[in-house]
Amino acid sequence: MLKCDNCNKPATVHLTEIRNGKKIEKHLCEQCAAQNEGLPVKSHTPINELLTNFVMAHSGLQKGTEATCEGCGITWAEFRQGGLFGCANDYTAFEKDLTPLLQRAHEGATHHVGKVPTRRGGSGVPMKRQIDVSKLRKELAKAVEGEDYERAAKLRDQIKQAEG
Amino acid sequence: MKLSDLTSHAGEWLRGSGPMSEVVISSRIRLARNIAGYPFLARCTRGQRTTIEHKTRDTILNSQISPQTLYVDLEQAPQTDRDLLVERHLISKPHAAAEGARGVAVGENETASIMINEEDHLRIQVLRSGLQLEEAWDQINTIDDALEAKLDYSFHPRFGYLTACPTNVGTGIRVSVMLHLPALKLTSEIEKVFRAAKDMRLAVRGLYGEGTEATGDFYQISNQTTLGKSEEEIISDFKHLVIPKIIDYEHHARRTLLNDKTVALDDKVFRALGTLRHARLITSEDTLSMLSHLRLGVNLGRIKDIDVRTINELFLLTQPAHLQKIQGKRLDGDVRRQARADYIRARLNGN
Repeated sequence: MLKCDNCNKPATVHLTEIRNGKKIEKHLCEQCAAQNEGLPVKSHTPINELLTNFVMAHSGLQKGTEATCEGCGITWAEFRQGGLFGCANDYTAFEKDLTPLLQRAHEGATHHVGKVPTRRGGSGVPMKRQIDVSKLRKELAKAVEGEDYERAAKLRDQIKQAEG
Repeated sequence: MKLSDLTSHAGEWLRGSGPMSEVVISSRIRLARNIAGYPFLARCTRGQRTTIEHKTRDTILNSQISPQTLYVDLEQAPQTDRDLLVERHLISKPHAAAEGARGVAVGENETASIMINEEDHLRIQVLRSGLQLEEAWDQINTIDDALEAKLDYSFHPRFGYLTACPTNVGTGIRVSVMLHLPALKLTSEIEKVFRAAKDMRLAVRGLYGEGTEATGDFYQISNQTTLGKSEEEIISDFKHLVIPKIIDYEHHARRTLLNDKTVALDDKVFRALGTLRHARLITSEDTLSMLSHLRLGVNLGRIKDIDVRTINELFLLTQPAHLQKIQGKRLDGDVRRQARADYIRARLNGN
């Protein structure tokens, strides 16, 4: 791949200028093109975002935006604007639309695993874990020691899964 | 117990003791809870809001969450009182500024406080000095159990404790550890903390939580995930993974300053001391930044005649609402800056 004329980044913008009958070719990276030539180069939309938009637009998923909670009268669109629910029933009323949001906010989680109030059948204390995950924990400690946080995050998720 | 009793000293969390207190200022846990049968606050009528305030206040005061409990009706309280509670980390800024029936219950030593009608019907918090997350969890869990025995919490088998904002749903827990990281700041390595936090899906905030700047080199690290993990796992991640690593970074940076940049370190520390001991007008921002360097100097043994506890208290008592409470009058502009400088000089020279 050609390198940018100004810096060593890959050149993705190729300009051909004719000045005084002379052809001048320029190869620039996006940043230099934006800075030096004033070219508004939009960075590429990630493929997953394009796909999500496409799928959303054709699956009728936006129909959820018209849903209304019978308990408090809030609509999904109103919630999306303000970020706050109106009543406890919203979690049931908008369950389908809410799930992907929860997954994004909570590292893919969709179910509560912590404390349960006594009057809802819980013992008042969080459930104890059953599978021994000490090995994973040790690996996790090692990853953190080596400042490999990406691996640490993965191991942490594995531990979480093993713990169900 | 009266609000004015609190003014003259700092709460337990600023005691300057507790494990790892040279880096960890405080450990805080809060639980978000709502009462079943009432809408969340955004959709409450005035009447419902008042009913919730009465009902939960009575329950809290009858539950003996602490030997002595102070209740402040925030709808009636003057602004200085509300600001004072914000400076003491007993209520949030939005709670101070809101309207309508709302309040806060504060336990003895100020380790526990319960905000009524903030974003959720109840926001229970426990705040302790140093790294004391497990102790904080035991304390808050006991309070939560005591309240739950008398109040029917909004709970869903799949979603857990239901909260007004779905980012808090599930456990409703937010664990925040406040760290003092002056050496990482001075050695321009603070980015390490931001990177580590991001990888672990944690948020980094300033002194007064959401939407505040990191003044005085104080950073609050908090969890964002509240669903799909138990309270104990969230706390354990903090205690075993995140916080020890950041403490290591800070200790390493402090050693570098001490061994390789002694003069530059001393220059920062003694400039701060000089300013604090001699200034005649000082802003609260400058005070925080000078006290931060002074605290580093004391922790590293560069200054021996000043106690960390005094510095911790000054962090709090030089804040605008505290200063005005101590002086017993409203102070503005240069008058306030002068009162602050006078107060600091008196505390540091008599030390």
